[in-house]
Amino acid sequence: MFTYTILILLLPFLSFLLLGLFGNKLSHKLAGLIGTFSLGVVFLLSCYTAYEYFVTVGRGASGVYEAFVPYNITWLPLGSLHFDMGILLDPISVIMLIVISTVSFMVHIYSFGYMHGERGFQRYYAFLSLFTMSMLGLVVATNIFQMYLFWELVGVSSYLLIGFYYTQKAAIAASKKAFIVTRFADMFFLIGILIFGYYTGSFSFSFVNELKLADGVAAFIPADASRAMAAGSFILPTALTLMFIGGAGKSAMFPLHIWLPDAMEGPTPVSALIHAATMVVAGVYQVARMFPMWIEYAPQAMSIIVWVGVLTAFYAAAVAMAQSDIKRVLAFSTISQIAFMMVALGVCLPGHETVLDNHAQLGYMAGMFHLFTHAMFKACLFLGAGCIIHAVHSNEMREMGGLRKYMPVTHFTFLFSCLAISGIPPFSGFFSKDEIITACFQYSPVVGWVMTGIAAMTAFYMFRLYYGIFWGTENKEAHAHHTPHEAPWTMTIPLIFLTFITMTCGWIVNFGSFISASGLDYPIHLDTKIAITSTVIAVVSICIATYIYKGEKQPVADKLQAAMPRLHQWAYKRFYLDEVYQYITHRIIFKHISKPIAWFDRHIIDGFFNFLAWGTHELGFQIRGFQSGAIQKYAFIFLLGALILMLIMIL
Amino acid sequence: MDYSQFLFMREELSLLAVILIIFIADLFMSKEPRDGKPAQGSSIGIVACILLGIHTLANLVPFCEDMKIEQTAFGGMYVHTAMMTIVKSVLNVGTLVVFLMANGWLQRAENRVKQGEFYIITLFTVLGMYFMISSGHFLMFFIGLELASVPLAALIAFDKWRYESAEAGAKFILLALFSSALLLYGVSLIYGITGTLYFGQIGAILTGLSDNLLLAVLGLTLFIAGMGFKISLVPFHLWTADTYEGAPTVVTGYLSVVSKGSAAFVLMTVLMKAFADTTLSSQWNIGLFWLIVASITIANIFAIQQKNLKRFMAFSAISQAGYLVLAVMGGTAQGMTALVYYLLVYMVADLGVFAILNVVEQKSGKICMDDYNGLYETNPKLAFLMTLCLFSLAGIPPFAGMFSKFFVFMAAFNAGYQWLVLIALVNTVISLYYYLLIVKAMYINKSDSPVPAFKSDAYTKIALVICIAGVVLAGIIGVAYNYIDTFAYGME
Repeated sequence: MFTYTILILLLPFLSFLLLGLFGNKLSHKLAGLIGTFSLGVVFLLSCYTAYEYFVTVGRGASGVYEAFVPYNITWLPLGSLHFDMGILLDPISVIMLIVISTVSFMVHIYSFGYMHGERGFQRYYAFLSLFTMSMLGLVVATNIFQMYLFWELVGVSSYLLIGFYYTQKAAIAASKKAFIVTRFADMFFLIGILIFGYYTGSFSFSFVNELKLADGVAAFIPADASRAMAAGSFILPTALTLMFIGGAGKSAMFPLHIWLPDAMEGPTPVSALIHAATMVVAGVYQVARMFPMWIEYAPQAMSIIVWVGVLTAFYAAAVAMAQSDIKRVLAFSTISQIAFMMVALGVCLPGHETVLDNHAQLGYMAGMFHLFTHAMFKACLFLGAGCIIHAVHSNEMREMGGLRKYMPVTHFTFLFSCLAISGIPPFSGFFSKDEIITACFQYSPVVGWVMTGIAAMTAFYMFRLYYGIFWGTENKEAHAHHTPHEAPWTMTIPLIFLTFITMTCGWIVNFGSFISASGLDYPIHLDTKIAITSTVIAVVSICIATYIYKGEKQPVADKLQAAMPRLHQWAYKRFYLDEVYQYITHRIIFKHISKPIAWFDRHIIDGFFNFLAWGTHELGFQIRGFQSGAIQKYAFIFLLGALILMLIMIL
Repeated sequence: MDYSQFLFMREELSLLAVILIIFIADLFMSKEPRDGKPAQGSSIGIVACILLGIHTLANLVPFCEDMKIEQTAFGGMYVHTAMMTIVKSVLNVGTLVVFLMANGWLQRAENRVKQGEFYIITLFTVLGMYFMISSGHFLMFFIGLELASVPLAALIAFDKWRYESAEAGAKFILLALFSSALLLYGVSLIYGITGTLYFGQIGAILTGLSDNLLLAVLGLTLFIAGMGFKISLVPFHLWTADTYEGAPTVVTGYLSVVSKGSAAFVLMTVLMKAFADTTLSSQWNIGLFWLIVASITIANIFAIQQKNLKRFMAFSAISQAGYLVLAVMGGTAQGMTALVYYLLVYMVADLGVFAILNVVEQKSGKICMDDYNGLYETNPKLAFLMTLCLFSLAGIPPFAGMFSKFFVFMAAFNAGYQWLVLIALVNTVISLYYYLLIVKAMYINKSDSPVPAFKSDAYTKIALVICIAGVVLAGIIGVAYNYIDTFAYGME
């Protein structure tokens, strides 16, 4: 059963090897075709897997979708603990397969047009394949260690792709920043994993899913009872929180979000794939994976997730309102939306209840649902932005304006995606966001209202962006000089496809029948009050944005900016958070910690090793007489050695 | 007599058949071009490679049902376990790679006449190793040992027109005889105490021995010393550097892995079987402890100073032998797996290096570290492959060498030799330094007269592909270790 799923990992890997090793010998077209074709097959296989998993096999006797493990090999045995490699299929991993392969396939097609004629075209496709392989490996991991390995691979391929234009300083700086910040967070993830493995005796997700608080210490594997005791009490919340820090780094949660806006230096399709739809939701996926553990062993710690999420969502939305670079706006919007998913997972536990009832699982379902819908419309938005950048050769909004005349397809797909992210029915974003807000209200009205407010901000800044690009003041001078044109079909087809999914997937399928925390069928029913409230608020926000930004002249916007220059400046500069980091790292850590350590390293430690090397050299020089070449001497030393050996063994 | 016993020996018989076919084929193939036709003799290399390849594949995996049960034949003279088949397969693959890389060298005018001899002699040493591995009796063991070492002297002196090669052969044969004599003396002492030469019976009699302990330890010491010579452990290693330097590069490669690896495995099985007594096993553990420490450390110190790469690889091989014997410590099943796995991984990496040394020497005649300066500029692919192999030897992840070192360390650690593991770890860091010296020479150092760009022959390419595949895949694909592990057995 499902043995073919290995191809889902192998095909992109082979394509990576082929393009990576022989890319220079292939023409651009052939290289692109190889990458795209293998991804196309992966896409079909993922769809087939999903069909077979959800429809043909369906629910088991107990009413839940059973997990399948078609492959699981012990990769590194360490006594009772072992690192495995394998493929795990359960509802969330299958849904993730769909998300990743769809977006990746679209991006592969899109890149044909976008990267046309670029230097390093083959390298680009090789990296895309590597990324896709890593990301797919991450989601189908059977254990947390495998997840971590692929997690790092994803980080590496993201680094390579952000720095794709390696001749530009900004791209190099951004790729390093992304790598270092996420790596810093990953360190906590690794510590969390090791603590988890040491105290519970397993890395496996099937073990995670079966752990029950009621079983007590007996649930854990280590022979050492005191270890198991510790695991049951305070160790597991600690380990989970450490893992969450790793997830927060990848998913750009405040205050580890600083790398994501800079990561926009990479090619735009890469931003769409990695920094909007797939890699950045790895943190959400990780929390969802460890969800049974959180619920059973660390319910209190889940409030950390909620508040980090709320803060991030608000902060990112506020910053997004003031940015002028369209990719930056989208980047902050991504941060904000991922925070929505995190909040949704965090609010799963309604205060005091420990038993999972229907209400408690709403957040889990809503988070994964939003992950799915967001991936589609945000990828569409980014790819749309790519078309626009392609047309006007700039990221700045002031170079745009009035583009609707020139690029009708991009215009409409962008508009629909904006409506989706703003939460206007019947677009998919409405459904998923609404579930999240409902879950928030169940958790606490404060969180509920705050998140509703942030949703309103979302609608506002997205339509500010929309009007800024397609309406508003047209930069006639620039456009006369270089008339914007619609993108080629390789770029518009993915837009249309993604928009189609965005328009339909909210109401065609009942997402709760695929994914729910308990595994049972969970019928989604809209809470009318909340649905109406949030829709009205979104519409009002859009109207305000229309009022302010649609016209040729924008008196209100200018007045607002003039009235609150300080606030605008702060938001534009992202509340100076990057500067704070700069200050902390350069002025405090580098100056007062790293420099003394470097001195110690250079003079004391290196000195010691230099001494050792010198000593070794001298010693070698002194004893080289042993190696004289005289055979009698060799035999003598042989005999002497045997005698000494005998003395050692007897004494 | 029960002829079905021969079935246990199918590996030996198959190899013997290969030898005979090559022998006869060689007789009928002309060595010099005649009547305008090219010499057929040059195709003996292909015949040998193909036959050995078939032999390797046919005997690749064990056939017996029960993985860990020992089967005996000929009154216990010959024993067979599944693990032995695995070890023999590893040796086969190593020999095959050596054959592939030897082709270019054997096609030279001075060697063309005698190239058949090379294959036959080499295969006879392999046969000797087979018997040594599968022996259940000291006499059988000794015959195997001699069969595996005497022809080696002929191989070492194969370039007999070269003064160094002849000298190396003479040095080797003299010291080999010396060590064999000592070993034989040790065996006779054991026989004196126990009255038998069967490993199993020796083990049974020596267990709980109270008197004659001194004699037993003396015999044991001489046995370890004799094997230490084959494995080239310090202080029985002195022949290594001179012989490795003088021998043809291909033969050096063969000496450094195939002949060494089989001896390490035999050392382990004999110690586990004949000297399993608790007192004695604690004795040989102490002895091996110091041999390992000396081998790894002293070889590292010497390796740093070498300028000739063959000499350099000799000290590298001594140090690697220390790691190999580290797995013997404690005589555990985990150790046995680690040993065989280490042997496999070390073999591909080491032969990869030798294949490159050989091809560079054949094309340009250069063999010193300084000659490799700027190799990356002229032969980037070779430099890259060499780097991979050196990284694996040094144990840099994600190459196989890191995994094999890890397993060996883990086995020794679990057997209770934490300090030894620590010393070995420190030495790993030192070895990193000198392996990287070559990498530095190839990539960073500039040279006025670098090795000119050349194309390797097809045989060397195949050999390199096998080696690199092993270096890259054997570690990442964890199946290999797990597979070997299913056949491992230890002392109790």
